Amino acid sequence: MSGKKPTKDIVLNSGSDAAGTDIATEILAGINRFGASRRDFIKGIIATGASVSAGFMLYGCSQESPQGQQAANAPATPAPGGVERLVSINVNGEVRRVDVLPNETLAMTLRYKLGLTGTKLGCDRGECGACTVLIDDVAVYSCTTLTHTVRKRNVLTIEGLVGPDGALHPVQQAFVDELGPQCGFCTPGQVMSTVALLKVNPKPTREEARRALSGNLCRCGAYDNYLNSVMRASAGGQA
Amino acid sequence: MAYTLIGKNFTPPDVVAKVTGKAKYAEDFRADGMAFCKLLLSPIPHGRIKSIDTTAAQAMQGVYGILTADDLPPIPAPQQPILNNEPTYVGEPILAVAAASEAIAADALEKIKIEFEELPFTVDPLQSLYPGGPDAHATGNLVTTASGEGMGGGVPQLKSHKWTAQDFAAAGDDKLPAGAPVNEWAFGDFEAGLKEAALVLDESFITAANPHHSMEPRSSFAYWQNGKCFIHGSTQSQSFIMPGLAQLVGVPPDQLVYISEFCGGGFGSKGSAYPVMTVPAHMAKKINRPCLLRITRAEEYFLGSARSGFQGRIKLGFGKNGKLIAADLYIVQQNGANTGFFDYGAAGDAVSLMYTPASMRFRSISICTNTPPCGPQRGPGQNQIHAVMEPLLDKAARQLGIDRLKIREINAPGNDAKVSGRQKVSVSYAREVLALGAQKFGWEEKARRSGERKGSKVIGVGVGQGYHSASGAGFDGLLHIDTDGKLHIHTGVGNLGTYSYASTSRVAAEVLGCDWEECIIERGDSRRNLPWNLGQFGSNTSGTMTRTNYAAAMDAKLKLQEIAAQDLGGAPEDYEVGGQKVYLKTDASKHLTFAQAAQRAIELGGKYDGHETPQDIFFLTQAAVAGVAGKGLVGVAKDNLKMENHIAAMATSFILIELDTETGKYDILEYVGATDCGTVVHPMSLATQLRGGAVMGFGMAGKERPVYDPQNGLPANVALHQCKPPSYLDVPPVMEVAALDKPDPDNPMGIKGAGEPPMGAAASALLCAISDALGGHYFNRTPVVTDMIINAAAGQAQSHKPLQVNTQ
Repeated sequence: MSGKKPTKDIVLNSGSDAAGTDIATEILAGINRFGASRRDFIKGIIATGASVSAGFMLYGCSQESPQGQQAANAPATPAPGGVERLVSINVNGEVRRVDVLPNETLAMTLRYKLGLTGTKLGCDRGECGACTVLIDDVAVYSCTTLTHTVRKRNVLTIEGLVGPDGALHPVQQAFVDELGPQCGFCTPGQVMSTVALLKVNPKPTREEARRALSGNLCRCGAYDNYLNSVMRASAGGQA
Repeated sequence: MAYTLIGKNFTPPDVVAKVTGKAKYAEDFRADGMAFCKLLLSPIPHGRIKSIDTTAAQAMQGVYGILTADDLPPIPAPQQPILNNEPTYVGEPILAVAAASEAIAADALEKIKIEFEELPFTVDPLQSLYPGGPDAHATGNLVTTASGEGMGGGVPQLKSHKWTAQDFAAAGDDKLPAGAPVNEWAFGDFEAGLKEAALVLDESFITAANPHHSMEPRSSFAYWQNGKCFIHGSTQSQSFIMPGLAQLVGVPPDQLVYISEFCGGGFGSKGSAYPVMTVPAHMAKKINRPCLLRITRAEEYFLGSARSGFQGRIKLGFGKNGKLIAADLYIVQQNGANTGFFDYGAAGDAVSLMYTPASMRFRSISICTNTPPCGPQRGPGQNQIHAVMEPLLDKAARQLGIDRLKIREINAPGNDAKVSGRQKVSVSYAREVLALGAQKFGWEEKARRSGERKGSKVIGVGVGQGYHSASGAGFDGLLHIDTDGKLHIHTGVGNLGTYSYASTSRVAAEVLGCDWEECIIERGDSRRNLPWNLGQFGSNTSGTMTRTNYAAAMDAKLKLQEIAAQDLGGAPEDYEVGGQKVYLKTDASKHLTFAQAAQRAIELGGKYDGHETPQDIFFLTQAAVAGVAGKGLVGVAKDNLKMENHIAAMATSFILIELDTETGKYDILEYVGATDCGTVVHPMSLATQLRGGAVMGFGMAGKERPVYDPQNGLPANVALHQCKPPSYLDVPPVMEVAALDKPDPDNPMGIKGAGEPPMGAAASALLCAISDALGGHYFNRTPVVTDMIINAAAGQAQSHKPLQVNTQ
């Protein structure tokens, strides 16, 4: 992938089969818009020279590296066509230097290298949306985004929303005011999808909000409260 | 009664952490030098391990150790083991590898060679019950105990149980055979009742054993320090799991530190200690490093529990007026691979209470299958049977020419209703809840829209009911007032997402007239001196924990009054508490602040500062009191408050759908949920429970079902997109909910639980609406999936037999 223009990833909807036509249309529209898909993600891994095995979603590079571990995981120096391991990524407005495996997902880098555990892993396979972050203001599943693809791009995670004075982002405040979360595990993803929606559509209808967030599953079924939160945030904090 | 805090909205103290990413779940903890564990899962549904060769894996750089069942104390079947040399389902953990990284651990797993002796298996209880049919375990298919079958008393054991070929032949293919049951009870003369009935329905039915699929996979993190085991886990309960978890780890409870400040969903599957959460603890001990076991989504399917499925048959005899005269229910429960839960019993109780048959017989048997372990899932038993019963009420109403709401009112329990003909309810507002929901929904007007057509789209309208027991008793409450005057409420209840840890704590503040801003909730870590409390499950937290916190607060109040009387004169009863003071009723200027009283309690010692404790509190509470003793004024008490009756929470749901007869797709256009949960404690969190339960009900009714390949025992739908929990697009954009808000007489503040009935009500209402849209076609099956709707709409036979499991 090195030398190639980074591809963008899309959020795949994991919605209803009953509403399949609508979702399929949206997914196709998304693929056309951004020119990438889960298949591209897999191809991206192959291109980096890593094996596409069960290990491709695993956390593979701890800070503590016993001798020989690098050989077990990936070449230390980039092979022809491979990628640099030490990369810079802009996360929450800060440039972070980080040692990244060729097959490492952004969710893993955030959670296990950068200490940003607010991004959750609910499925680690692009189904649930708990790992949603913003890349250049677009909501993506960080569990199906290779860290190498976000170099020189702006990554925003849930930790980056709070203002420098500690004030909650208006979307976060709306989620508090409407008691959006139940167990809270999907909440960071729901908040990030809402932030992404309001960036492109500051006054969505409830129906638009519902579709925009449909890639974020909530097993507690807090959808109604989350939608109330979105509508409150879009109304400048008014219920 | 007017309360200051009860019934008012507030912002629970953990919400901000949830929206900022600061909330730490088990997989968010790290330690220097930590190792990563990976599980090796069984590829076969039932077998015995003949040999394991780990030589190549052990020799790998970065592999720290391998844990097998041989390293662990044996846990005899059918109890769920930590690791197993005789796996009983595809996906059961056999061993674990710890390594410097997950990638190395996964590579090491690939190098492990296991030789299995394959054993017979089954994914269908009826197949197992057939003479000569396979048993899920080498020692049998039926869970028994010395004191009887299934749960409740004694160590569970296994035996083989078969019906006769005649039993099967007599029933034919389409009816559930009535072989020898294990459980049986009856009241009244049901046989005579069925004879005299104007209408008898005789229906066989199926309900699916769908997985819980909590959003947070049950990862855990553990390490040992100075002989103590520290575990970060994901559980619905904090204190309640301590004895069981300590036993699984192999330490006394006081050598276990358990941290679970947040739990990413459980729905019953994380109520008690579960075996796999101790893998990192055992591994950490073996390799002397902190260990993290990150559970994947697929592993969560295998280890995260499932609802028990039912294969059943029910005969219902109705009078001409729609009154249920007799019921005869037989349930064969799919128990999964291990001990299972008593869903079947709860189902029998629910029928007897909620539909008040004048006579009833209940029979059941619970059979192990080589599928992931089943356990309680939101309304275990009640919700399956409501999904069966409510459409059958509609069927009877149609045949008898009675309004569908009316037949529910006719059969609804009153205040004299009894569970299984035995225990009376404290109070029943079933008719009032029906009326509240019907009024909000506009039943009469909406029911007239039933069958309205626009092209291929038809309107369907449904009403459903749900019930669950809603309070326990007998746990301990603990609080202390510190010398800075703050009220510390110690709660071991867990944090599942219902916010009841906070709302039940507010009862203590209410009793002591303490400002909520002056309260601190101590929770989430066993080092915070947490008493023996119920966990967050069974719609029981609100009822049970308001009782304990009330008891502890009353104890503190009395101590405050006694100290004030000693210091300021008069009798204890001359004093009242409020505004962080204990003051003379006749002259409020004569008072002690909470801070002063706490200081005085320390000086007085004894019971006042926790150096003397009540004799009847649980040993965990004794240890918790010892932790706060001397820090201030201590309120501690076991809940010995009166509770003579069965406490019942009830819910109704009303649904209007638009169903496309050509595609089988339907949209829920309108939803109204109503409930009786006693006094409302926290309106906003109640609303989230009423809606969330309904959403889960929509999944149960129309989407979620497991499929196992009978040839190889392989699961066909493990992932979320295959299991289909409802998304935003599967639920109505607005969901209206309401509560009666009438106090229950058996709780000091009238409070009882709420979480489970809305799911059964919504599931059954949706099933009724689908059947209504199809002009009265009843499926006798959950879930009703798209192709079943298309078949029904086209007048075609279904592609499955009535009692078939693992259908598409």
